[in-house]
Amino acid sequence: MNLAIDCQGLVKRFGSYTAVRGVSFQLPAGAIMGFVGPNGAGKTTLIRMLCGVLVPTEGKATVLGYDVLTQSEEIKQRIGYMSQKFSLYDDLTVKENLDFYAGVYSLHGKTAQEQKARVIERIGLAERTNQLVSALSGGWKQRVALACALLHSPQLLILDEPTAGVDPVSRRIFLNLIHQLAKEGITILVSTHYMDEAATCDYLGFVFYGRLIAFGSPDEMLANEVKDSLDDLFIYYVENEALDDPRNQAFKKGGRG
Amino acid sequence: MGKFSWVRFLAVLRKEFLHIKRDRASLIMAIAMPIGMLLLFGYAVNTDVDHLPTVVWDQSQTADSREFITSMRNTQYLNPDDFVQGYQQIEGYLDSGKARVAVIIPPDFGKELQKDNGQADVQILVDGSDPTVARAAMSAVQMLGLNKSLEIQGVRLAARGAAAGTNMPLNVETRVWYNPDMKSMVFNIPALIGLILQNVIAMLTSFSIVREKERGTMEQVVVTPIRSLELLLGKLLPFVFIGFVSLTLILATGIFWFGVIPSGSIPLLVLLSTIFLFTILAIGLLISSVARTQLQAMQMTFILILPSILLSGFIFPRETMPTFLKILGGLFPLTYFLEIVRGIFLKGVGMEYLWQDTLILCAFAIILVGIAAKKFKKNLD
Repeated sequence: MNLAIDCQGLVKRFGSYTAVRGVSFQLPAGAIMGFVGPNGAGKTTLIRMLCGVLVPTEGKATVLGYDVLTQSEEIKQRIGYMSQKFSLYDDLTVKENLDFYAGVYSLHGKTAQEQKARVIERIGLAERTNQLVSALSGGWKQRVALACALLHSPQLLILDEPTAGVDPVSRRIFLNLIHQLAKEGITILVSTHYMDEAATCDYLGFVFYGRLIAFGSPDEMLANEVKDSLDDLFIYYVENEALDDPRNQAFKKGGRG
Repeated sequence: MGKFSWVRFLAVLRKEFLHIKRDRASLIMAIAMPIGMLLLFGYAVNTDVDHLPTVVWDQSQTADSREFITSMRNTQYLNPDDFVQGYQQIEGYLDSGKARVAVIIPPDFGKELQKDNGQADVQILVDGSDPTVARAAMSAVQMLGLNKSLEIQGVRLAARGAAAGTNMPLNVETRVWYNPDMKSMVFNIPALIGLILQNVIAMLTSFSIVREKERGTMEQVVVTPIRSLELLLGKLLPFVFIGFVSLTLILATGIFWFGVIPSGSIPLLVLLSTIFLFTILAIGLLISSVARTQLQAMQMTFILILPSILLSGFIFPRETMPTFLKILGGLFPLTYFLEIVRGIFLKGVGMEYLWQDTLILCAFAIILVGIAAKKFKKNLD
């Protein structure tokens, strides 16, 4: 099986604080995987390690066949990333943002023009290209951010809470877009707090306290714990884990997201 | 680690210029601030003391007393415009600040002068709250008194028929070099090049990087394949450009508006300014690596600006500072740049005298850029 992500015992410590404590999973290429878990569970840290931005303290991982420790440049060139805050330049137009990210991914000349035209068409931004990003609504900003992340035709798309704070209609449009991309063969890793989004994923990983406490398809997971809905499952996991976890005091206080 | 990519570098460069173009505040800062500061320092911050408002109580009311008042006006230091009667009124003028100097001419002034061996008295009261003003007023009136005495003495001696005795036994000739009119503008305007470059460029540089951290765009940039060197150069180069625009503006305003013309080599000035610019870029970069918000960056820049104005020799001469403050002032690149810029502007000297300051400035540039680049890279990872 062709694996998009293969991680073995990933650990990340910040000083004395351990954000990720031994995560292992394998994600086949072309699948959509959702990360769910409470705030501060270590989802973002895990994602940033897979992007090659943070260096794992222990363990190893390959993304698209490249080692996160030694080949982060290759990984960065082949993944698309979009974070919870729509990290676009507000004072630039949509087109200028696209120009910048095209350049940053070393696209130039004809290739750059073609790729820009392709994503503008794909995401439906044609009428917005000359607008300043600051003038766009949250839903549109999110689509522009996605367009920027797709310019270099990434094989893996990593989305860190892409729909946080976006209205339901925009969220649905976005979700459909993601599913279409997956059908075109892009592997997608998405972290979310919305269970309806999680339910549509091929695989779900439940992250709690820096550990992956459950991994599988949504149906399998529901069947395993005999629950009707993912919401119930989520709460069940949190309560169950919190009971026998001595660190549940820290959980109540919150922490890194 | 891949190779340096021009495509990525140019993408950053283009984006930075767009930011600057869109951001009114930084444009204003880059263009209006140099000119504003120049006008401010050129006109307001003027330590040349002249035309001090002066109040006169002339009890003599004679041709002699009137002539004395006129010669007082002719010194250009005093403006004897107000005439009063009595000490009470004089006190009022000095207390309220309407006058800085009071001149009291006694009733027998004319009579004493006319007398063959008489000695006339004049009382001068000086508002000493500002020592600079007081010192200037005092030396002006003392000089006037001395000249007047000599003049009258000469007349008296001539009247006695001692024509040969009018020569002065001792003649001290003073000549002031470099700034013969001793105008503070000539001293201040070259130094402003350093101060303005420091303030504008440090602030703009730190802003441009902190802004990306603040808005979260840095987070997005680090997951792209861009290398820290490409990002760093792409972000800093526009400010080198702005630095040169500011430098040109200041030079042009200084030369064409204030008439302060550099007597040394302008290419050398530009070259050494460039080295100074790099130390400032590095300082801006260091600020941006510590500050999390633009507000913090602004505060940190001000923490840098204030002591650099006081300690670099911009206003107060470094020679008279206590050793501790002198050493502290030595930590600012501005201190050395001021030596250079004043040397070139006022004395017209070249590298033969400036090599030491230049060497120190180069050391600052290399060390600061090194630390700043390292910190910048570490912040990205």
